[in-house]
Amino acid sequence: MGALLEVKDLSVRFGGVVALDRVSFDVEAGQVVALIGPNGAGKTTLFNVITRVYRASHGTVLIDGNPVQSIRAHNVIRHGLARTFQNVALFRSMTVLDNVLVGDHVQTRSGWVQASIPLPAAVTAESAARKRALEMIDFVGLSTHAERPVAALPFGIQKRVELARALVSRPRLLLLDEPAGGISHEEVDAMAKLLRRVHTDLGVTMLLVEHHMAFVMGISDRVVVLDFGKKIAEGSPAEVQRNPAVIEAYLGAA
Amino acid sequence: MQRIRTAPPRYWLVLLVVIFFLGFPTVISSFLASEWAQALILAIAIMGLNILVGYSGQLSLGHGAFMAMGAYISAILAHRYKMDYLATVPIAAVVTGVVGFLFGIPSLRLSPLYLALATFALAVVTPSLIKRPADLTGGVQGILIVQPDPPQLASDVFGAVTGTAMTSDQWIYYITLACALILFWLAWNLARRRPGRAMRAIRDGEVAAAASGVNVAGFKTLAFGISAFYAGTAGSLFALSTGFISADTFPVSLSIQLLVGAVVGGLASIPGPLLGAIFAYFLPIGSNQWVPSQTWLPDQITSTVKNAGPAVSYGVILILIMMFAPNGMVGLIRSGYATLDRRLRGAPDPKTGQMPPDPQTV
Repeated sequence: MGALLEVKDLSVRFGGVVALDRVSFDVEAGQVVALIGPNGAGKTTLFNVITRVYRASHGTVLIDGNPVQSIRAHNVIRHGLARTFQNVALFRSMTVLDNVLVGDHVQTRSGWVQASIPLPAAVTAESAARKRALEMIDFVGLSTHAERPVAALPFGIQKRVELARALVSRPRLLLLDEPAGGISHEEVDAMAKLLRRVHTDLGVTMLLVEHHMAFVMGISDRVVVLDFGKKIAEGSPAEVQRNPAVIEAYLGAA
Repeated sequence: MQRIRTAPPRYWLVLLVVIFFLGFPTVISSFLASEWAQALILAIAIMGLNILVGYSGQLSLGHGAFMAMGAYISAILAHRYKMDYLATVPIAAVVTGVVGFLFGIPSLRLSPLYLALATFALAVVTPSLIKRPADLTGGVQGILIVQPDPPQLASDVFGAVTGTAMTSDQWIYYITLACALILFWLAWNLARRRPGRAMRAIRDGEVAAAASGVNVAGFKTLAFGISAFYAGTAGSLFALSTGFISADTFPVSLSIQLLVGAVVGGLASIPGPLLGAIFAYFLPIGSNQWVPSQTWLPDQITSTVKNAGPAVSYGVILILIMMFAPNGMVGLIRSGYATLDRRLRGAPDPKTGQMPPDPQTV
């Protein structure tokens, strides 16, 4: 039995640009792995390959042993893998509750016929989904905001809504694209606390992209460093911080 | 003031509207009842378009084509194969729905602008497509449809209330009303549950919707199918209510009329299509009659309206709606109600953004 997520020899090219160049690493179940690197290092590209938004030019990604190429984009979450987006991709015309309910989509099966007529099964499934969604909204600390439209909420709150939407389907692996990006100091601390609870209380394995170094070092078990599409280092936060290649990539040649 | 604070829940409003539409034909003429039946038919078609455009976010400029299809399926089955007309309505609806679903599959590959063009092309070719197989469709002569007499029971009940016998037009009105009620109820159920949420999610962001497990292609084609199902029903009823259809019954402007109704009423809402349909149906009629009778208007304006009434009045009203009520009439009513509510309840707490408790929920 391999790791929960295996990235093997992965390359992605956009025309002549090499966004990822033979990157390999694993995420073991139960770990928190951070993916860091300067802007344009290929972090978000890697996320998008894992969730089937982009195609790999070379190499494979295995989710729980299944090659991601054989999974359709909307089925990735059915393999226990959920994600958030760099600049928040919420459904802007909908309320917090409806957003989280969309995240619950895979937990219920009721189709359009059952929903329209409405069959008792669909109604029961719907109220169970609402219950799960409200619990998750409560977990991220937004129960007073449940009925509010997301577009009117501050960015920091929107990030929590997105987290709730990703978590409500109870994924085993959560991909977080800059969870601490663009939010205030206090909110960063609160987000770190919340993610620790996601890890311990919900038992979710996490792979996160982040620029905020204190945040990364505080939360992760392992750090993978990318630069210009290549993996330049991997190890514990302390090891990576001492690594000369990493220091050079971040600060330029000494 | 207190009465506004304890405003009736929406169910009362729905009940009121249903009672109004049930009772309306008893106080208006048979001719007016037939006009209102057509407004309701338009409401059904606009609801279909609303599911496609408002909920799933795919633009169609050719929904009149699906109405034409429903109308001709029913008319041909009733006229040539001597089927009972009412039995043909569900057949027309289902067949049109399946065709709409199939049309939705290649549409997945089109960007929004090209989808608008493709559906528009569908609306443009429809009249000539209908004329071609003249044996089947009656060509330019069209098909005459025998309007059914009301059944004894309905006629007796109606007679007891109004004192006059029920006409075919009034009977057709009630058939239409029944269809509209059922289809609006189904749409309401669909929209607020899992499938409706999935469609709105797709409209707001396809990548995020797919990441949440929504089968984007599946729900987009589903929206097309359901939408065509509604348009097919509307077309079938439309043929019944006018009693005659020909290729010119379904011009391009019908598709535009549907879209105007959907936008003016309010996209992605359930009451929107009803309001939009009443607007889109009666505005051209009203403006054609009203504007030429106004002596204070310059002759150029009145003569223009006489010649191009619907287009001119649609244009003016559409611009006004877009300027002052971008979310349509329903949006206008909702924001008006929200403002009133805020005045009465007081402003939200500036620190937490928390609203004072709603008197309806406490």
